[in-house]
Amino acid sequence: MSNFWPGDAGMPSEEPVGEDATDEVTEFQEPEMGHAASVADWGAKPILDVRDLKMYFPVKSSGVIRRTIGHVQAVDGVSFQVPAGGSLGLVGESGCGKSTTGRLVTRLYEPTGGSIEFDGRDITTISARSLKPLRREIQMIFQDPYTSLNPRHSVGSIIGAPLAIHQVVPKDKILPRVQELLEIVGLNPEHYNRYPHEFSGGQRQRIGIARALTLQPKLLVADEPVSALDVSIQAQVINLLQDLQREFGIAFLFIAHDLAVVRHFCPEVAVMYLGKIVEIADRETLYNRPNHPYTQALLSAVPNVKQAAIGGRRERIQLEGDVPSPINPPSGCRFRTRCSLAQEICARVEPPLLQIGKRHKVACHFAGELGHHPDRPITASLLGVDDTGTPDPGASPATDLGNEPGYSDTWFDLERKTMAKA
Amino acid sequence: MTTPFLSVRDLKVHFPTPDGIVKATDGLSFTLEKGKTIGIVGESGSGKSVSSSAILGLHRHTNAIVSGEILLDGVDLLKISDEDMRRKRGADVAMIFQDPLSAMHPYYTVGSQIAEAYRVHHDVSRKKAKARAVEMLDRVGIPQPDHRVDDYPHQFSGGMRQRAMIAMALINNPSLLIADEPTTALDVTVQAQILDLLQDLQRDFDAAVIMITHDLGVIAEMADDVLVMYAGRAVEYGAGKEILTHPEMPYTWGLLSSVPDVAGDTSAKLIPIPGNPPSLLTPPPGCAFNPRCTHKDKVPGDLCTTVLPDLVPGVRSETHLKRCHLANPDAIYEQEILPEILPELVEER
Repeated sequence: MSNFWPGDAGMPSEEPVGEDATDEVTEFQEPEMGHAASVADWGAKPILDVRDLKMYFPVKSSGVIRRTIGHVQAVDGVSFQVPAGGSLGLVGESGCGKSTTGRLVTRLYEPTGGSIEFDGRDITTISARSLKPLRREIQMIFQDPYTSLNPRHSVGSIIGAPLAIHQVVPKDKILPRVQELLEIVGLNPEHYNRYPHEFSGGQRQRIGIARALTLQPKLLVADEPVSALDVSIQAQVINLLQDLQREFGIAFLFIAHDLAVVRHFCPEVAVMYLGKIVEIADRETLYNRPNHPYTQALLSAVPNVKQAAIGGRRERIQLEGDVPSPINPPSGCRFRTRCSLAQEICARVEPPLLQIGKRHKVACHFAGELGHHPDRPITASLLGVDDTGTPDPGASPATDLGNEPGYSDTWFDLERKTMAKA
Repeated sequence: MTTPFLSVRDLKVHFPTPDGIVKATDGLSFTLEKGKTIGIVGESGSGKSVSSSAILGLHRHTNAIVSGEILLDGVDLLKISDEDMRRKRGADVAMIFQDPLSAMHPYYTVGSQIAEAYRVHHDVSRKKAKARAVEMLDRVGIPQPDHRVDDYPHQFSGGMRQRAMIAMALINNPSLLIADEPTTALDVTVQAQILDLLQDLQRDFDAAVIMITHDLGVIAEMADDVLVMYAGRAVEYGAGKEILTHPEMPYTWGLLSSVPDVAGDTSAKLIPIPGNPPSLLTPPPGCAFNPRCTHKDKVPGDLCTTVLPDLVPGVRSETHLKRCHLANPDAIYEQEILPEILPELVEER
């Protein structure tokens, strides 16, 4: 982009505001009122390609000699792709490893295993020196707008810091660009010399977004970008992110626990449980025809106001107990301790993330739509085991059950129990 | 008509500050029967938590100015002595807080904290109180309660801590339970467990419940009545189903259209409420919502910016109250709002 992002193209218009923060209610005005859910471009090339990513945090013993006594398997073999200019949603409950995945992608952590490829470059283990230019291209939006902005820095210096650090523009050009960015995110450009405490939560989140946009990133990792905001403000920020994505073609790795927000923002969604992806699919498939019992339970647990308003409540699938410890996760399938479908095979063999549709992968021996789960494990013949999970000497296990990111042209058809093609 | 179990009338909680009086709650009235749930919805700073702490008498000996009437079973909680209030608090009226980790003392075991709540109101031995705590932990679904009773709060998961909080709140069989954002800090599957538990317990104990939340979905599942608060005042109040299906106040429309949905048509639009909530120090003149309201041009003259509307019956029923100048909110909702937020419903018709 030769000309630094034009701030006037389709961006919210500004009105001058008074000194008192309470007058600022008229500040943000949408040119059009609402936005429908984001639409996917399925032909887009992946900008981020994550393969079998692992992050184990050591657990140390107490005492003088702090031996490593175990590992928290925060992320354990996760593969996915984010298309250029598109978005992938990562959902799951606390402790499932979704935030760790986000931090690995931004290389705030060095992964224990696997690979991260960004725009054709392997960035898994590159040095701190070569990371610096990478930071221009991958930026992060944080959850809490109260703790992620330095209270002693003015908004101008917060947003201008990346410009100064990366020396993208001469010093005297920093301020005009900061003002341009403030305008892009719907804040008054005259407010560059104010401090974070003078802004409301939603406005602070806009400042955080402006900071992330400063270096024109190609990928934004948004870790719970709206969960700290009031509902009416949440919608403003989601719409702003949609505008920015459309305008500047930024790809998003969108991490959130709110299934409804993710559904609105991401055409493709991955569900994580205890460090693994249990189901990944395009939005329509995942939300309308989930095949993993965890996804089904998760979706049924969301209280749904609009549906409740027109026709009473749906049956909830109750999950018993809590998520097990990631230090010592259950053998086989990690969800089996809370799963109503679990059988012997689930404790013995880990289910592979099997592609069962054009854009649909699921990791379950008994994958099927709600109420139509098969009686016998679908994966037994592929894995070369019998129905209880004991290795079957006569069987020939499929060799290509690798943990590959993206989707292939052929998949396992659940109905016919054979491989199918598009 | 019999007198309601809980009747709050014209409750005001004002905080004098050097900059002026903050009217956190400004004339709130509602009633609640035993075994029923009222859901209070609103954004941060709308006064929902301040009102409920007034019911518990938590503003006594602070600089807050509380006026109005809170009649619980015929007794005005604002007039009784501190000693009487102390006897009621925790026994007749109990509260569940949002964040169970900060609401529990980290140095004491979960069991001793629950037992303490019992011993304050009952003259029993420690042993008996502990047995009662184990019984309550079992009742709220903690596995191996006789073993877990000696654990510290940090040894419990978030969901278990919230269960323990509920056990503590219910140990004295309170007739009124105030749940202030009881599931906001929890994951959805745990939230579903806790909501089901609360409903079960409410049935068993026949308690009246005030459910404070910002999540309309939780309200839709739990509440018999709904009260929507904005800037310290009720803006819409009535039966839950009525309010969620036929809201008549633009703020409630805004809340409904600014939350995305897990089901339904993906062409449904997400329409934010523009602007920010007002300052309670200098609320806007007239209707407090007018600076953010996109329908005020439908009201003749400058009524919205000059005259505060009364909380009056809406167009559909006598018991559905709303605070808005709009003459035909029902038609506007049907024609302008519904097609945007629930397109599939409109197509069906």
